[in-house]
Amino acid sequence: MGYPHPRHPRETPVLSEHFGDPEARTLDGWKKRGGYQALEKALSMDPVDVQNVVKDSGLRGRGGAGFPAGIKWSFMKPDGKPHYLCCNGDESEPGTFKDREIMRWTPHALVEGVATGMHAIYAETGYIYIRGEFTEPLQAVTQAVAEAYAAGILGANAMGTGKRLDIHVHKGAGAYICGEETALMNSIEGKRGNPRIKPPFPAVAGLFGKPTTINNVETLTASAHVVKRGADWYKAFGRPDNPKSTGTKLFSVCGNVARPGNYEVTLGFPFKEFLWDLCGGAPPGRSIKAVIPGGSSVPMLTADECDGVFMDYEGMAAAGTLLGSGGVIVFDDTADMPRQIARLARFYAHESCAQCSQCREGTAWTTRILDRIVRGEGTYEDLDTLLEIGEQMSGKTICVLSDSCATPVASGLKKFRAEFEAKISKKQHVAFVPAQLVTAGGA
Amino acid sequence: MTYGPSAGPKLVKAPDDHAHDAPHEPVFTGERLVELERICGRYPTRQAALLPALWMIQEARGWVSEGAVEEVAALLQVSPAHVRGVLTFYTMYHQHPVGKHFVQVCTTTPCNLCGAEDVVNAFLRHTGCGELGVTSDDGRFTVIEVECLGACGFATPVMINSAYLESVTPDAVPDILAELD
Amino acid sequence: MTAPASTAPSAPPPPPSTVKVTIEGVQVDVKPGISILEAAKQAGVLIPHYCYHPGLPVAGVCRMCLVDVEKFPKLTPACATSVADGQVVHVHNDKAKAARTGVLEFLLINHPLDCPICDQAGECELQDYTFQEGRADSRYREPKRFNPMEDFGGDVLYVPNRCILCTRCVRFMSDVAKDPVLNVSERGDRAFIGKAEGHDLTNVWAGNVVDLCPVGALLSKDFLNKARAWELDRSASVCTGCSQGCNVVLETRDNVVVRVKPRTNTAVNQYYACEVGRQSYRAFNRPDRLQSPLVRTGGNGLATTTWEQAIEVAANTLAQAKRVVVIASPAMSNEALFLLTRVMGPTGVGRVQVPTGPEAALPGVSDLALRADRAPNGQGAELLGFTRTDALVASIAPGDVVLVADPDAVAGHAAALEAAAAIVVIGSHLPDALAARCAAALPIATTAEEEGTFTNLRGRVQRFLQAKAPPGDVRPSWSVIGDVAEAMGRGAAPMLPADVFAALAASHERFAGLTYARLGLRGLPVLESAGVTG
Repeated sequence: MGYPHPRHPRETPVLSEHFGDPEARTLDGWKKRGGYQALEKALSMDPVDVQNVVKDSGLRGRGGAGFPAGIKWSFMKPDGKPHYLCCNGDESEPGTFKDREIMRWTPHALVEGVATGMHAIYAETGYIYIRGEFTEPLQAVTQAVAEAYAAGILGANAMGTGKRLDIHVHKGAGAYICGEETALMNSIEGKRGNPRIKPPFPAVAGLFGKPTTINNVETLTASAHVVKRGADWYKAFGRPDNPKSTGTKLFSVCGNVARPGNYEVTLGFPFKEFLWDLCGGAPPGRSIKAVIPGGSSVPMLTADECDGVFMDYEGMAAAGTLLGSGGVIVFDDTADMPRQIARLARFYAHESCAQCSQCREGTAWTTRILDRIVRGEGTYEDLDTLLEIGEQMSGKTICVLSDSCATPVASGLKKFRAEFEAKISKKQHVAFVPAQLVTAGGA
Repeated sequence: MTYGPSAGPKLVKAPDDHAHDAPHEPVFTGERLVELERICGRYPTRQAALLPALWMIQEARGWVSEGAVEEVAALLQVSPAHVRGVLTFYTMYHQHPVGKHFVQVCTTTPCNLCGAEDVVNAFLRHTGCGELGVTSDDGRFTVIEVECLGACGFATPVMINSAYLESVTPDAVPDILAELD
Repeated sequence: MTAPASTAPSAPPPPPSTVKVTIEGVQVDVKPGISILEAAKQAGVLIPHYCYHPGLPVAGVCRMCLVDVEKFPKLTPACATSVADGQVVHVHNDKAKAARTGVLEFLLINHPLDCPICDQAGECELQDYTFQEGRADSRYREPKRFNPMEDFGGDVLYVPNRCILCTRCVRFMSDVAKDPVLNVSERGDRAFIGKAEGHDLTNVWAGNVVDLCPVGALLSKDFLNKARAWELDRSASVCTGCSQGCNVVLETRDNVVVRVKPRTNTAVNQYYACEVGRQSYRAFNRPDRLQSPLVRTGGNGLATTTWEQAIEVAANTLAQAKRVVVIASPAMSNEALFLLTRVMGPTGVGRVQVPTGPEAALPGVSDLALRADRAPNGQGAELLGFTRTDALVASIAPGDVVLVADPDAVAGHAAALEAAAAIVVIGSHLPDALAARCAAALPIATTAEEEGTFTNLRGRVQRFLQAKAPPGDVRPSWSVIGDVAEAMGRGAAPMLPADVFAALAASHERFAGLTYARLGLRGLPVLESAGVTG
């Protein structure tokens, strides 16, 4: 369903099939809905075969980067070292709220996906990292893990196979950056959530210095469906002319939109139809001005630019933006773009981990300039400065938080420069002097 | 230390707050110590239990004091400086006591588009806090703006302690507060 | 094997012993696995950096050392990128330079313009690189972040406004000193270096954070506002605080030693010095110096005299002895000690007492500690034939003439010298207890005022240079003792300390082959033998 709205007929519910159905949260309810068949099947397969099925399916990382999941898994070799699987449930990219729904409505689907992934990468231990603000998902997943242990699905003899599968839930404590994979690992290790320099990559030295794979909640949940129903079934979803983006994807829609919520469609779905038909366009009486299609870190599109765009990795790239995490933020004609972009910059300034000079100082500086423009104290030079410091903040730091701050500012400025200039030109340069003080003859 | 203006207001220590001066009563005794050891068993290092341990302290005491920092550092065999570095990194840990009802209103862009700032102002007005990060005189409320709560489709989400309220509007604020003790 | 190479069973090729990289057009062969930043040093190219330090784990956070490596899509941090064979690195092209200019502008937006009152000015890497490559102006129009200064305890003051969060100090305390009392607190541009409450920087090695700080954020309270960096004269020296022999720089202003800083020597102290060493400069500035030679007069008092007369009196007094007892100082140079053995003669005895204190290792560096022996040359004294003892003044017999070259050690035991026929003092100062009895007192220079060598506890011989002029008529120890020996008919007086060392090396097998030229400013070990090394 287009949770919390009735499901639209053009949705393709795979992950979202049981959203809103309280029974699906319990182990029994989940089993009645076909749950844990995927895990049972996976455990009967060689890990390499599990990797291959996922590789063949074309499933790509749903956290934002879009790296092929099966290839990521295939980096993990049986080398006798302890391996770890981290499940990234730190969902905190503004505009994105899909993993929250997976975790609170179908926690067993996630546990099943994590266990499947663990088997595929030769790991006995997995950590599900859930952001601290997600109290309801935390409770649901913790409960699901406990039920799975009690039922022998997890533990020293998972599903009677003699294989050990331990899953632990790790609660975050308020840090957007912990959604970055190495920052998440530091956070599990009891450290500040600082992203690490790569190399070494997690597959070589990740969590606790051991080979580690990290996948997003949606990716792992989808992987269980892939294992259960086969690569061909999954591959069939998508644009026939684009085999690089397959399967279904959850899109979160928010902002100035008639029907906000989560929608699951096949990759390659036409963006315009998605926005207007499924989501209902702007609220009544208003019109859409701009859309950020993949979470707040990606370039924005004007309403016109949404025409002819396909909702997959390649389609969004062709439109000059990114599919990202699938968080669609809609701005209507009442939205004050400079103010909203300033608010977004403040988010990144608040969340910078403080390691890299460009990010620590640049995000804060960007915020201060934008705030000043919004207050009506900006200058035209400020706009050039914003673009130049944005350039210095891009592609130069350990992680991409810095780029993420610069990108929406640059695209907002490019597409809505007139709104910024309007705020600047309204500035009153001349001080008001009461008439009686301007006397003849001067002082 | 004072803080720069780049981020939203932070929790501030109330001028008449003497909680920082009180002697530290150990948090990890009895059941809680057993629970902490159980959590340590999930990880190959004791340090990894730091985030859960800080959560336990906050659940027990409402905030994390300097004495608690020393206590948890000794238990997990890390330095107090490391614990403080971690404590101050994660914004959900309180370095000062907060009101009985800790209200966090998401005002990041998606919610902001939907009028989140009006919701914040309604909370500030109806709780008597007046200002962000300041605890009301009766000690019942502290209101802060929070960065993206990850429920953008349910604007405006508000967290009161561990409860998540969705689609809160300014009009609903008095009723929400009336339900709290 | 007689088979031709082409048909031999293929064994895996051995890993290459070097890789070729080209940095700024200079091709160098370097060890595989080292960073581009270190390889650039070998190519004679300095890649600007802040957070990188060879003694600390790599952090890669300042992003100052971004370089353009051909075939890499983005600029890469030179400190955190290993060399690869055939790599071509551009440090000074437009792309890399623009990135550095950008970093400098970011680092400066909240940095106060208080260089005129900052101790780091003149030796500040932020100043230096900004001068080289920074923007002429700042585009920052917003209010600057302000945090108050904080006393970190020990000798360290923290000025957060100047801090660039390079985290060298945090890494030194946690990874080298293994006393992790510092952290990065908060995040974003609110971040600062924090210190755990109640845990001060009292570690004896903590002062190194001041040296490691590339800007003026961590300051020495002891040096605060004492001098501007460009007013200082600097001389290579060896620390006199203990027997480790840390290489240091003595910094003087107006002929006063104002600061001791470590000098890099990877074989001895790496980049570090301890607090005892840093405070050792105070001894060089003692106000109670003996400034002119003195001899006892008929009226039983001491009178100032000429060097010629003083040396004659000292030599005559010593020549009358049945036995010369030399009480040497473990703070004396090898050269002075060697010449003392001439004065001692074949029948004399030489004694030395080494003051001691608790040892304090720097855990992150092998074989580096503040040693229990709190003198620089106890080892040299023993190698040159002096007996180490705590009974310096025991069994002084009538007929003995005692040459006191360690006045402080003897001052408290002057009564035990009653039996001696006479006392001659050679020292930088003259305690009253010795002034009452000595026949002559010859003033000598301190380590800061002369040239010489020390032998550290591992037998490493290291040179120190003169840092300041001695006061009054004071002369170098080797010169004074050499003259006394000559006046006693025991060898010609040397003209230079190098000559003394050459004579020493010629007559002591363990020093064979060493010369000032070979020692350079890093030193060399004496010949291996039991009792010295280990």
